[in-house]
Amino acid sequence: MSMNADGAAETLTMARPVVADDASSEGVREPVSAVSCRALSIGHGERVVLQSASFAIPAGSFVGLLGPNGAGKTTFLRALLGLTPVRGGELRIFGARPVCGDRSVGYMPQSRTPIRVRLTGRDMLASSLHGERWGPPRLNAEDARRIDEALHAADAQELAARRIDALSGGELQRLRLAQALLGAPRLLLLDEPLASFDPVRMREAALQIRDVARRAGATVICSAHDIDPLLGVMDSVLYIARGRARLGSVDEVITSSALSDLYGAPVEVYRSPRGRVFVSADAA
Amino acid sequence: MLEYDFMRMAFAASGCVAVLAGPVGWFLALRGQSFAGHALSHIGFAGAVGAALLGWPPLVGLLAVAVVSGAGMGALGGRATGRDVAIGMILSLAMGCGALFLHLLTHSAMTATALLFGNVLGVTRGTLASLAVITAFSLAMLAFLSRPLLFASLQPELAEARGVRMALLSVLFLMLVGAATAGCAQVTGVLLVFTLMVGPGATILRVGLSPALALPATAALALAEAWGGLALSWWSNAPASFWIAVLSVVCFLVSGIPARSLRFRREGGVGLH
Repeated sequence: MSMNADGAAETLTMARPVVADDASSEGVREPVSAVSCRALSIGHGERVVLQSASFAIPAGSFVGLLGPNGAGKTTFLRALLGLTPVRGGELRIFGARPVCGDRSVGYMPQSRTPIRVRLTGRDMLASSLHGERWGPPRLNAEDARRIDEALHAADAQELAARRIDALSGGELQRLRLAQALLGAPRLLLLDEPLASFDPVRMREAALQIRDVARRAGATVICSAHDIDPLLGVMDSVLYIARGRARLGSVDEVITSSALSDLYGAPVEVYRSPRGRVFVSADAA
Repeated sequence: MLEYDFMRMAFAASGCVAVLAGPVGWFLALRGQSFAGHALSHIGFAGAVGAALLGWPPLVGLLAVAVVSGAGMGALGGRATGRDVAIGMILSLAMGCGALFLHLLTHSAMTATALLFGNVLGVTRGTLASLAVITAFSLAMLAFLSRPLLFASLQPELAEARGVRMALLSVLFLMLVGAATAGCAQVTGVLLVFTLMVGPGATILRVGLSPALALPATAALALAEAWGGLALSWWSNAPASFWIAVLSVVCFLVSGIPARSLRFRREGGVGLH
């Protein structure tokens, strides 16, 4: 398991593309970040999720969004979707304010409720394409082509005719990834896409998400409960805890000193010889 | 049997109601809200008897109360889930008010039976015209709502992120359910609205058609059950509501059989695509 930390060693405020192609383009001194936060504050009800956080996610990178339960990973994703209002500071996606329904942002929500309806994979994608428009469900040739493209991009063509209630977890995952790719988004927000898998499948699924996103040229923010399946897959970690955030490579962020600083309490990070990471804290 | 005017009226009225109740019921079953249809008919009962007490047509009271209650339930939204006791109490109160209004009516027995179990053979021209208007308006509304409603029912979190106005959609849909309930109660009575509204929808949902096919198929099945019930009632001299209930349950049970016994065939068929 190799650490893919090189090239992702960003400082907290500066934006530099990870993808080599972007960096080589002459004349563009400071390319627009996929996501940039300046003194950003967001919250959910009484809870403060981010308090004056500043960081920038370079376009083309794969960011693992980590943090303890209830830290606000989903709330941060909802802020990027324009569903949770910004309480202070600035949040920009490719230089623009988040707008609800923005097609340049693809979203895969956490699958809490499995769809038990006997629809085909194509039906599912068709229902979500233009699903926000009033009127009867209708698809024209252009829509059908876009669905085919998204299925192809996620390597899910053979799932189009299958019934979704008969798909395995991994197959449904691929289909939902295809759905998130509808409309060719530049930013993919994936909320706990690995949650339903066993440890071996988690790794496969993570690699698949990375490959699909790379082919589609999309920046990925992927929240996860566990860091291990994303090691070597992600370019950088965005760790959220206690209202603060830290973005950087795994080697920078997942250290005893960085996490202790974030939590404001002693936290220890252990690495097993094979690269696995354990985070633990003494009961305060 | 079609040489009698009352039978032609009955076929026309139940046909009107069925083509609306079927598709609305498909969405109810899809959204797991079938209990809402049942609840709205019970609440509407108080409205119907109340209207009769005031000397108005019961359909007017039923329609008004069911549509307004639907809006209320939709506005409550997620907050209403898991509050079975509270909803049950409101239902009981509505039925209790219905009982009181019936007590105050002089010709209560006839009205009560007609409202509770339906009186499709007694449909007047005025009622038929009202039903036709309700159906036409509601079907237009359903067509307008259907795309976002399908999206929001299948994947609520994603629909919200895509800008679907979930609260508005929920209110409009349950108002539509209220209107369909009022129409349906004219044929099956308030107690048996479930048979014509949820039965066909749940049956087609089990069969598993794509939405574009499922909606017309549900309307067709509801129509077959309503007209089949009427025809059987003509030959057997049992109430149409009884036969509609029987057909509805039989269709639902039969739709569950192929899913198990034909699994081999379906899995074998995947390779053909």
